Amino acid sequence: MSLSSSNTIASDASDFIRVDDFSFYYGAKQAIFNVDMAIPANQVTALIGPSGCGKSTLLRNLNRMNDLVEGVHHEGDIRIGGTSLYDPSVEVISLRKRVGMVFQKYNPFAKSIYENVIFSLRVAGRSKKSELDETVERSLRASALWDEVKDRLHDSAFGLSGGQQQRLCIARAIANQPEILLMDEPCAALDPVATLRIEELILKLKEQFTIVIVTHNMEQATRCSDRTAFLYMGKLVEYDRTMQIFENPSKPETEAYISGRFS
Amino acid sequence: MSSELSKPSRSFATTGRSRKGEPLVWLTAAGLTLGVAMALGLFLLILIKGGASFWPRKIDVMEVTRNGGSEIIAGYVTQEKERKDPDGTFHKEIQVFRGNRDLSPEAFVYIDEKDIQSVSNPESLLLVERLEYGPAIVEPVALEADGKRIEASSGEFRSVLKAQLDSAKKIRADLLEIERKKIGKISRELEALGRAERSGSVPATEAAARRAELQKDFEKLQAQAAVIREKLAGSQFFGRSADGREVTFPIGNLLGVFASNEANFFERVGEMLHRMTSFLTEDPREANTEGGVFPAIFGTVTMTLVMSLFVTPFGVIAAIYLREYAKQGMLVKIVRISVNNLAGVPSIVFGVFGLAFFVYFVGGGIDQWLFADKLPTPTYGTPGILWASLTLSLLTLPVVIVATEEALSAVPRGVREAALACGASKWQAIQRVVLPASLPGILTGVILAMARGAGEVAPLMLVGVVKLAPSLPIDDIAPFVHPERKFMHLGFHIYDLGFQSPDAEAAKPVVYATALLLIVVVVALNLAAIIIRNRLKKRFAVSSF
Repeated sequence: MSLSSSNTIASDASDFIRVDDFSFYYGAKQAIFNVDMAIPANQVTALIGPSGCGKSTLLRNLNRMNDLVEGVHHEGDIRIGGTSLYDPSVEVISLRKRVGMVFQKYNPFAKSIYENVIFSLRVAGRSKKSELDETVERSLRASALWDEVKDRLHDSAFGLSGGQQQRLCIARAIANQPEILLMDEPCAALDPVATLRIEELILKLKEQFTIVIVTHNMEQATRCSDRTAFLYMGKLVEYDRTMQIFENPSKPETEAYISGRFS
Repeated sequence: MSSELSKPSRSFATTGRSRKGEPLVWLTAAGLTLGVAMALGLFLLILIKGGASFWPRKIDVMEVTRNGGSEIIAGYVTQEKERKDPDGTFHKEIQVFRGNRDLSPEAFVYIDEKDIQSVSNPESLLLVERLEYGPAIVEPVALEADGKRIEASSGEFRSVLKAQLDSAKKIRADLLEIERKKIGKISRELEALGRAERSGSVPATEAAARRAELQKDFEKLQAQAAVIREKLAGSQFFGRSADGREVTFPIGNLLGVFASNEANFFERVGEMLHRMTSFLTEDPREANTEGGVFPAIFGTVTMTLVMSLFVTPFGVIAAIYLREYAKQGMLVKIVRISVNNLAGVPSIVFGVFGLAFFVYFVGGGIDQWLFADKLPTPTYGTPGILWASLTLSLLTLPVVIVATEEALSAVPRGVREAALACGASKWQAIQRVVLPASLPGILTGVILAMARGAGEVAPLMLVGVVKLAPSLPIDDIAPFVHPERKFMHLGFHIYDLGFQSPDAEAAKPVVYATALLLIVVVVALNLAAIIIRNRLKKRFAVSSF
């Protein structure tokens, strides 16, 4: 399946992330079938589709998180800024420093708020106090959490509310200033108010990061994404500007899904 | 149809049939109750029997007629029981502790209640604790101190006696200082000198000169000790036993006196506390049946702590590899099964292994390599606390491995993925996130291992425990820590007292008291570990979802 013909957004980095004829297998079971996608820089791209359609698998391939699963293999290629993720010279660890990730269930570490934010710096071996302090403030401000936690940075992260914990996870993911931020249903475990705050945050963050978000929530996709890809049974059915997808989908499956006829 | 309708409709209230499961609930409750009752019963028995042995009892003076003769027996009742004679009649019988083992060999006598003619409790009777022959029960007559004789009837008798006992205690401490430390130091130096001479690092003439010097010091100290000993022998205590025999004890041999029949309740409590303190802090005397168990407490605690020091890192590292790095296949399965089975191997087998491997192979090797000059006297090639700790850490290893594996696998996947997504390597994720999160679970394993290790006796008998260790494994003699030394252990102490003691009756109270103490020590060690774990839990708790 190729990119939709209407996909000609004027951007000098319109194919910052390039998924090329990509197929992915869990053992013998194929989860993704020949997906071709170009994800532009500094935009929010939403992946939608029913459960098990492969959208999370695709997302988790963008930082090679799926390498952890035993017996997986892939065909095709994914390139970020022109470099293949699977190039033997690419180290997974340095790749993950360029590609941050936020998970469905907020998962802060059993550490203080401060230590949570600077975790990626710690594992990179950086320990200059001024740099760490500065990173904490910048990341927490960027994730709109600073004002709420600035007086208790050294308290346990578990003392925060669910929405705050998820924003802390976002702060943690962007602390090392990655280029790309992957979000796997970041609001699935949150109440509507916390969801709204995260969505506002996403819109703010796209100025700095290229965001790829998996969501089950159609409204969320319309509210905060620039482009939307609809996946079904491991295949990319339709990929276009969000407005286009939701107002005038070209494929009957897409229309059926977004109007709620199957899920 | 109509009859069907006329039946009262079945309500949702619980009826007989829907409560079918209830008896099983009762069964589980009964099982738990039985278990708790058994544990409580055990603890109460030990608490009462062990605690009672410290309580100073009244001394009875009994006039007993039996076997055609009459005798006077003074002592306190330790047991009352029914005895069945061959002719089928029952007799009430009491067991009396009369002490005075120097006068008559049996410290315990059995008396039929019907033979007792009269009982009195003369207030003047003293229970005298001695360094030798156990306690004595005597009527004080007089004492002789600094050439002066003071009759028991005089008012100053008690105070002078007390002053004499206190000074005797100090003198004994001085003597110990000279004999154990100063003379010990000289003999250690002499020994080292001999080795140096043999190996040729010190010329013979120099060695001889030094030896003469040391010999002079040694004689000086011995003379000092002799003077002190004379001082101890100077004062005498004269008494009369209940059956009228005169006895004389050097006051240097006496530890304390207690007027058991005269004392009021508070004095008794005071005496009990005093006895408990000496039990906890003193060295054992007289084949362990008298005195305290301090070296055994010290040995048990030290051995258990050293064991946890070995087993924790070892077990945790093994579990991390097994759970996180090893490819989960047939081989790992076999390893895991073997580890679990290791927990079921009888502990004495570990003792045999420890003796063969640690003591003879490793210890013997260390001796060949580092202490060759001392051979054939072994240094490490003989049972000791280090080998005992290592053997027990092997014994408790499966507990730690299994607990750690469970704890590691209980860490949510999301937390690991988050760490990896932040650019952590697998080891960094384990070290910085997974291990802290599983620390409480790991500590639970360590607690279980400590509880198991502290109570183990059988393997220790092969690899380091002794009936009486002359010195502690940690003391003030350089290099302060002596991992090669043999040590005493509460568990072995119980066995030794109960089954190896020359006077089983005399040892019985100490057996219960030691058992109580062993329980207290194990509980204390566990409590300490539990408190540490709960603190960590607060710090590292993973949010529950």
